[in-house]
Amino acid sequence: MNPNVTVVDYGVGNLFSVCRALEHCGAGVAVSGDPAVIMASPRVVLPGVGAFADGMQGLAERGLDRAMRGYAASGRPLLGICLGMQLLVSTSEEFGVHAGLGIIPGRVVAIPAAGADGRPHKIPHVGWSPLKVPEGRNGWDDSILKGVAPGESVYLVHSYSVVPDDEAARLADCDYDGRLISAAIQQGNVAGCQFHPEKSGPAGLKILHNFIHSIPP
Amino acid sequence: MPRIRLIARLDIKGPNLIKGIHLEGLRVVGDPREFARRYYEEGIDELVYMDSVASLYGRNSLHDIVRHTAHDVFVPLTVGGGIRSVDDVREMLRAGADKVAINTAAVQRPELISEVARKFGSQCMVLSIEAKRQGKDRWEAYTDNGRERTGLDVLAWARRGVELGAGEILLTSVDQEGTRRGFDCELVRAVSDSVPVPVIASGGMGGVEHLVDVVQRGHADAVAMADILHYNRLALPAIREAATASGLEVRAI
Repeated sequence: MNPNVTVVDYGVGNLFSVCRALEHCGAGVAVSGDPAVIMASPRVVLPGVGAFADGMQGLAERGLDRAMRGYAASGRPLLGICLGMQLLVSTSEEFGVHAGLGIIPGRVVAIPAAGADGRPHKIPHVGWSPLKVPEGRNGWDDSILKGVAPGESVYLVHSYSVVPDDEAARLADCDYDGRLISAAIQQGNVAGCQFHPEKSGPAGLKILHNFIHSIPP
Repeated sequence: MPRIRLIARLDIKGPNLIKGIHLEGLRVVGDPREFARRYYEEGIDELVYMDSVASLYGRNSLHDIVRHTAHDVFVPLTVGGGIRSVDDVREMLRAGADKVAINTAAVQRPELISEVARKFGSQCMVLSIEAKRQGKDRWEAYTDNGRERTGLDVLAWARRGVELGAGEILLTSVDQEGTRRGFDCELVRAVSDSVPVPVIASGGMGGVEHLVDVVQRGHADAVAMADILHYNRLALPAIREAATASGLEVRAI
């Protein structure tokens, strides 16, 4: 019996790549925008690309905002990817201030338009960045990053990034020209990746594999 | 030094990986799926498939190759050639692409850029520009593998494309393409300094010194490589090693 995952369809972006990668890792994948189906699933992935406000609207129109909060409270594994990770936190400053799902306290802020040396850099930030263990965190063995070595690179494409209120929610960091980027966050059963595990080669597949084999309570 | 991306560009005709000079005089190199798989295993950062005849004959033979590649290659895959509508983009994403590169259809109807960006996100919409030098610091955008003039100034067109929602620019120098004489660094720098989004330099890589030059002098954010890889003149790990030794930051494998 394959471990089952539901990928949330809220009308935003391309779900095919993430579904293919999950299947490659051995998951039985269902795609759904139905709150009842999602609430009944053992594991849920919230993917997404594009603008934050469009994403929240897409969730709200389908009653999925309540469903995602309810699902997170159920204690079962939930993984947000890229915009999906950003939607997990409290607010976003992308094109005005918008409320997020508020599952993990934090803010979504614009990546500074210049690197730490003051020189302008490209936005969006597109490329591969090495993952670092945040200060104060003791490795990744208790997380979906188990088995990923610090320094392994993952693929990111984003213009905004998450700042969790609680430093302990930082699971992995990377940097863009000296600017700190929260690459992954975790709070209990809920995790988020700013990077695309489905496009990050063997390291990304390892993370997805960990996620689909994490045990629901 | 900024981190750059190393991208393999595979030009496709029918079922074959091909390579030309100045985008013409195409020769068959082999099965693109095998090359893509090898580059993935060697740690390529991204792959680009370009269907070199789709625009001309109004057909799209790429779906099977893309589907097969997406099955066991898990890095970003950009597909271009003959994409004319949001429906075409959806079909390509369904087959396994992560981004589409659009040239001809965007020139004919620039609003397509906004439609694709709105529907699938800017990160999915790569504006492909084929540039031919018209004089000092002046380049014109071409379509159909450098055959058809558009009358568009490359810098103005790049800026317009980004305003409309393009998230990246794939910039091919028709003059340098297939020559192995290095990139048109002035072109790449002019475009890269004109737009906020990443620019992928394509056309002319003969050795690692060209790669270093187009990043340092040309301000390229990513570099597309074709025959240097296809003909194994230099393998990817050696390119990565030499690039690192020259002070570029590339993905550590």
